[in-house]
Order: sequence, then structure tokens, then C-alpha cells
Amino acid sequence: MTAATNTKRNLVTAALVAPAAAWLMIFLVLPFIAMLVFAFGERAPEGGYQAAFTFAQFANLPTRAAAFWNTLILAPIGALACLLIAYPVAYYLAVKANPRYRLILVSLVVVPFWTSLLVRTYAWMYILGSRGIPNLLSMIGIEDVRMLNTPGAVLLGIVYGYLPLMIMPVYVSLEKLDRRLLEASADLGAKPVSTFFGVTLPLSLPGVMTGVALVTILLLGEYLIPQLLGGGKVFFIGNALVDLFLQSRNWPFGSAIAVTLVAVVVVVLMVAMRIAFRVAGTRQVDLV
Amino acid sequence: MSKWYRENAPITADQLSDELMRLKRGSVTRRHFLGVTGLGLATAVLARQPGLFNSTAFAGDLGTQMSIATWPNYHDPATFEAFQAATGVAVEVNVFGSNEEMLAKLQAGGTGWDLFVPTNYTISTYVKLGLIDELDLSKVPNYDASTETARFTNEGVVDGKTYAVPKNWGTTGIALNSAKIKKPVTSWKDFFEIAMTEADGRAMVHDYQLTTIGNALVSLGYSFNSIKPEELAKAEELLIRVKPHLYAINSDYQPSMRATDAWMTMCWTNDGAQLNRDMPEIQFVLGKDGGEIWSDFYAIPKSAANKAAGYALLNYLMTPENAVKEHIANGAPTTDSRVMKLLPAEVTSNKIVYPDEASLTPLEFGAAVTLTDPGRAELMARFKSA
Repeated sequence: MTAATNTKRNLVTAALVAPAAAWLMIFLVLPFIAMLVFAFGERAPEGGYQAAFTFAQFANLPTRAAAFWNTLILAPIGALACLLIAYPVAYYLAVKANPRYRLILVSLVVVPFWTSLLVRTYAWMYILGSRGIPNLLSMIGIEDVRMLNTPGAVLLGIVYGYLPLMIMPVYVSLEKLDRRLLEASADLGAKPVSTFFGVTLPLSLPGVMTGVALVTILLLGEYLIPQLLGGGKVFFIGNALVDLFLQSRNWPFGSAIAVTLVAVVVVVLMVAMRIAFRVAGTRQVDLV
Repeated sequence: MSKWYRENAPITADQLSDELMRLKRGSVTRRHFLGVTGLGLATAVLARQPGLFNSTAFAGDLGTQMSIATWPNYHDPATFEAFQAATGVAVEVNVFGSNEEMLAKLQAGGTGWDLFVPTNYTISTYVKLGLIDELDLSKVPNYDASTETARFTNEGVVDGKTYAVPKNWGTTGIALNSAKIKKPVTSWKDFFEIAMTEADGRAMVHDYQLTTIGNALVSLGYSFNSIKPEELAKAEELLIRVKPHLYAINSDYQPSMRATDAWMTMCWTNDGAQLNRDMPEIQFVLGKDGGEIWSDFYAIPKSAANKAAGYALLNYLMTPENAVKEHIANGAPTTDSRVMKLLPAEVTSNKIVYPDEASLTPLEFGAAVTLTDPGRAELMARFKSA
């Protein structure tokens, strides 16, 4: 290989990478650096930021322990609830559904995204409010049921809003599944249940892990659903951030919380990826 | 020596600046100023010159779009439609839940608002931070300071300069659904007690430090505006004790009250009047132990992109015939005696909108210090995240 082709190849690579790199630099790395600088500063007397070097903001983090705790509990629970509902749907779409209608059925999963999550969550406010389901329940004698502004309502909103994001990766991994493996498993005498747990489920685990990581990470930054369905009482770390920037105008403390949240997300992502790779890797070795 | 042309002018330069200073100090009216300087006549003559200041040319200068930041359920939508029909300027309306949020947006920059509606206690801070313009009252000829009630309008003037003109006044009281709550509620002390007992799971507080902390302070016998750490600590203790019993923490409480999801809420006059008009079982009471009395203003952000349209809309809203429609729609009391005369008797006799003077006595205007006090801001954030 000549030096000239080498240079040309490098130039092409650089040209291909440049737009994405510039995008990430301007909209991810630089804002993150600004946030990091703010996190060590102080709140100006009228709010905002003034330069300083202090760890006070990080020392103050325990005052938001409840919000961190709510988020770290409800995000994985929400992701698991999504998974429990999404898996059968994805399985049906990928394995059982008539291939002729598969495309239509898969697009039906995506259709809700055509309407803003805000509007769809507002609809839940009315369904769960006094004149919705509780009203129907009172007709059959079950009185005074409170649904809106409870952790359960937030969980329901989360599952509803994020379900498609879980169905898609699981569906993709199940669709790639080699049917001959299922036939082989049956030929060797495995019952359908053991085929599912021995073959189908392990092979779809990368998709499951992708879905769980995707939904969990998005939920860690969720703001809208707890605000609307939790009535400002079920408080996520995203809501704490909004308050700090828009109400108390404490930019440094808000930045410190945001930096901490990013650190948490990175850890969650790394653990999830490690598990996913390990599972996928071992299975490949087994099959060869 | 020939006569210099300036000696024929109706007023000398020195006299003009004297008169201008007197006008600025407020010792003469604008009418006197325009009369004595001849500027009124000059404007009147120029206004007849086609293409100079006539309405079509003026309308062209206003552009086609502007933006206003205001509060929920606060305007008659027909007002903006009529303004657009008259001037060709479409008004984009942004609504907010707290003054703190408005301030945060203006501090961060790039709001695009050409007019906004701050509350009395915030204006001195906006001036101090250089976020709003001194108003050029010559562009708001329909505003008349002499017909305004000074008690509600004085915070719009800082160091003798007018930065904001009043929209309306009001109070922060208690709205309660009398079909659901049988015990009498007459004070903020009652409010917090009933929120934990008869209205358990059915009471709402604002997502707003001034009123939520202020009314908690009042219920404990302290000032609505206290920033004393030991008093704030007591208020925080009460709020955190009440929190598990609340239905929600939200400044947009009308939907919940109308659906009877919530039975009792902290409530602004205009919302109280609207709720009571549509659902007579919802009553509005003022705390006999205190609470807030307020006035809202119109101001123009320094960063406004279309100030001409901002002034045009402001002048439109200051016209009594237009303002009266706003007051009938939103149910808030007026500060302007010209508007008062135009209001129908059923509005002026409505005790929610125009309560007895005696019931207003215990109420306090919000103090500027509460807007920026870190103790109150952090208390509110802790209460919400608790």
C-alpha cells in the first residue's frame, strides 16, 4: 500500500467523522464543560452563577437524596415493567405473527410517537382523574379511589410512554433468531417451555439489555410524567433540576446535580453493556 | 443683529429641558407638557401628514408577530384577536406558574418576549438587574396615571421613573368546594388543618415560593414575607408535615378543582371568580389571619425584539374600552377608575372581585426580598423534593 492511498483513506475517514465529531463537540462536550465549571461555582445574590471554587454544591447533594432515590427506584422498576409487557408483544410480532401483516403490526407500535408525549400524558390525567376510572369504579360500589398523583400513576405513565422503546430492540433480536435452532431443540426432545428458556430467551438477551438500558437511561432524566401524573409530589431528579434552574435559579447546585446524574448514567450504561456483551459473547461460543 | 430662528419657536431650549424635568419628576402632567412645549400640536399636525405617522405606516413598523409572557387564565383571547385585526400583529402567549420562572428565563436571555406581566414585588429587582426598560409613556397615550389607584401602582415607579404600568390587582385566598368540605375555613390556619383532616388528599398548594411559604408563615402567626431562618424553619416543618396529605403542588389548579379531584386550593382572585362563576359551590375566602394582596404590571424587557409592537399592545390594553373586556373575562379587579366606570354592576358588586376593605386589612404585599432570598428558594425546593 502506498503512502498516497493511505493519506487519501485517512482524509476520507476524517471527512466522514467530522460532522458527527463537530456536533458532539459543540452540543455535548462544550456544554458539559460549562456545566462542570458551574458546578464548582456559587449562586449569585439574585440567582444565576458567579465564579468561585467550592465543593459546597456537591456537599449539598444529600438534600436531594429523596429525588435521587425516587429516580433510582422508579427508573429500573419502570424499565422492568416495560420489559414484562414488551417481551410477549415482541415475541408475537417476531415469531407468531403472520409475516404478511408483520410490517403493519410493527408500525402500529410506533404510531403513538406521531402524537406528542405531552398530549398523551395529559390524556392520562383525565383517565385517572376523578371523572375517569374512579368514577366508573364508584358505579360498581368502589368509592373514593385515588389514582392520579400517586407513584402508581407515574409508573403507569412510564410504562405507557416508553413501551415502544422496549418492544423495538427486543423485536429486532427475536426476528434475527434462526428458526432452525428452535426446530433442532424440538427434535432433541425439548418441550416448548424449555426451548423458550434454553434457546429463545438467551439469544434475545442482547436486545433485552439494549431495551432495558435505553429505557432506564431515558427515565433517569424524566421530568414530564412525574410532573403531570405525580402532581409535583412524586419527584424525580429531573424535576429537581427544573426547579433549581427555573425557580430558585441556583445554577451551580443544578449543575452539580446534573454532573452527578451523568456519572450515574455512565455507570448504569457500563454495567448494562458489560452484562450484555458477556451474555452475547458466551452464547456465540456455545453455538459454534 | 438679525433675529435668530429659535426665538420664533414656541419655547426655548432651556425652557423645554426645564419642562421635561418637571414632567419627569411628575410635578406637571403630560398634557401640560405637550401643551406648553407645543409638542402636542406638532404631533397632531404631523399625524395628519400622509406617510409620516399615520396608522398604515405605523402598522407596517410593527411587524407581524410579537410575544407576551403572562399567567394562566388571565386574558380574553378575543383581545389578542382584535389587536391582530387592528394592527396585523399576531400575539404569541406564553404562560407561567411563578415570577421566579419568568425571572429565570429573562436572566438566561433569549426569551423573545415584547411585553410581560410581572407582579409588584419583582419590579425593583428587574430594574436593578437591568432587565427591563424605562417605559416611554409618550408611546402609551391611553395610560393615565391620574386615574390609577396609587396603592396598587406605586411599585411600577422606581427612582421616579415609570418601568411598569398596572394590569390589575388581586388577592391570594382559599377556594374550597363547599359541597365536599363542611367545616368552615376562614384562615390559613384552618386551611392547613383541614388539608390534613377533612380534605386529606384533596388540597392543593401553589408551585410558587411566595404564596406557599408565605401562607404557611401566616398560618403560624408570622409575616407573609418573613425571611427569618427560625420562622422559615417552622414553616418548612409545617409544609413537610402537610405534604403527604396534599393532592398536588401546582399553580394551575383550575382543572383539578373543576373535576373535583381537588376540593380546596390556594387561589388567586381571578381564578376564584372564574371557578365560582361556573361552579357556585366553589367559594373563595380570604384568610382572616393574613395572606397576599398583589398587583400585576405590564413591562417591556430590555431584550424585546419588537418593542414597537410591545408598546402598541400595551397602549391597546390601556384603552379602557379594551381593558374592561379583559376584566370581565378574567375576573380580576381593576386599578383604573376609568375601567371601573365601564364595568357592569354584577362585576363591581361581586364580593370575590371587590371584597370589603376590612377583609383586605390583614393582607400584605409581597416584598422584593422574597424573590431573591436563597433561604426561601431552597426551602421551596426542599419541600418539593422531600
